[in-house]
Amino acid sequence: MTLKLKKSIAVSDSGFLFNAATGDSFTTNETGIDILQLIKEGKEIDEIVEYIVANYNTSPPNCEKDILEFISLLKQWHLVDTEGDSTP
Amino acid sequence: MTQEPLTIAVTGLNATDNPGSGVPVIRALRESERFRNARIIGLAYEHLEPGIYMHDLVDKTYTIPYPSLGQESLVARLQYIHQHEHLNVVVPNYDAELPSFIHLKSRLEALGIASLMPSIEQFEQRSKHNLPKLCKDLGLHTPQSEVVSTLAELRHALSLTGYPAMIKGKFYEAYIARSYEEALNHFYKLSAKWGIPVIVQQYIQGTEVNVTALGDGKGQLIGAVPSRKTYITPMGKGWAGVVIDDEELMEATRRIVEGTQWPGGLEIEMLRDVRHDRLYLIEINPRFPAWVYLAVSCGQNHPEALVRMALGEEVPPFTHYDRGKMFIRHSWDMICPLDEFERISTRGEL
Repeated sequence: MTLKLKKSIAVSDSGFLFNAATGDSFTTNETGIDILQLIKEGKEIDEIVEYIVANYNTSPPNCEKDILEFISLLKQWHLVDTEGDSTP
Repeated sequence: MTQEPLTIAVTGLNATDNPGSGVPVIRALRESERFRNARIIGLAYEHLEPGIYMHDLVDKTYTIPYPSLGQESLVARLQYIHQHEHLNVVVPNYDAELPSFIHLKSRLEALGIASLMPSIEQFEQRSKHNLPKLCKDLGLHTPQSEVVSTLAELRHALSLTGYPAMIKGKFYEAYIARSYEEALNHFYKLSAKWGIPVIVQQYIQGTEVNVTALGDGKGQLIGAVPSRKTYITPMGKGWAGVVIDDEELMEATRRIVEGTQWPGGLEIEMLRDVRHDRLYLIEINPRFPAWVYLAVSCGQNHPEALVRMALGEEVPPFTHYDRGKMFIRHSWDMICPLDEFERISTRGEL
């Protein structure tokens, strides 16, 4: 599954996310910033898990579960599209 | 062309928890290149409208009679003020006073007082009870609305909209009703305060988005800045808001201004139903909103453009607004000498 950050989303270095289309804003931590950067780069979920496991002190099963939970939050707040999805 | 410095009269000085747009309009004029040295005359209905006491913004304030006292009493008062102040432009900022000012437009023009306001037909076209027809003509969605003046009509309207329903006053205020008893209570309260009809509207769950806009009266949109309220008071007033980027909302605004040939300021209130991805037009307010200064901060000084157009100047449309701006209101206790309150109360001037 490939994720795409919506065009209207701006992410700052400090982890502040702003959706210019809706006015919603969010904050995330350092790990979240890394995940969002990897999404921006067009990485697959497997690649994101690989990166996080290599750079943070976590095991693959836990990491994948946490990343999928994070991604489900991104979807819930309409911040990302999955491939082929074009809702605003 | 009128010689500078100009004298501009502005209403809506009630910078309260239910704010009018007069103070932000004056702030915008004060910050404009063109009108920074203008003499600003406040026109107030109540002695405790905070703008009366903001002497860095308002040079002098006169009380004016409520619209319920009739146009003749208003024109007599404006003539008196004009004799002393030589007004060049008047900018009314309340929905409820607009019909009086519109009816007096040509008489004010004969005195040399310019304005930019909709006609009575345009004012009525966007009124709550005519909104469904306007939306149909413009191809916009709006919640089902029923105009009610009697209890039988209220009951019938609620049978069509179901619960919850929005019960809205003719000019201002809206309440949600979850039962007939609640609706009845709101109906009595709103009809006593604003008169009949009262509007019963289908409840749509969604995010409210708004646009402050300006039309030139020839169908051209001169400026528009969309925002979303990010903090809403218990009275339903936006206390913070952020500029957004919503092309569909801007397109709806263009359609409204073009379709109505709207002259002057307006605020468009819409609801985005996220589940069905649909925009509903809720209301068109016939004047600038109290958050109009947000547009100024984004590079579109709508009040300045309005006054320039009122004076007959050609104003090119704004083509850009800065994103990444938000507003937050705050309360601030002004300390005023009691004799100022005495003067405005007894002489009607300060």
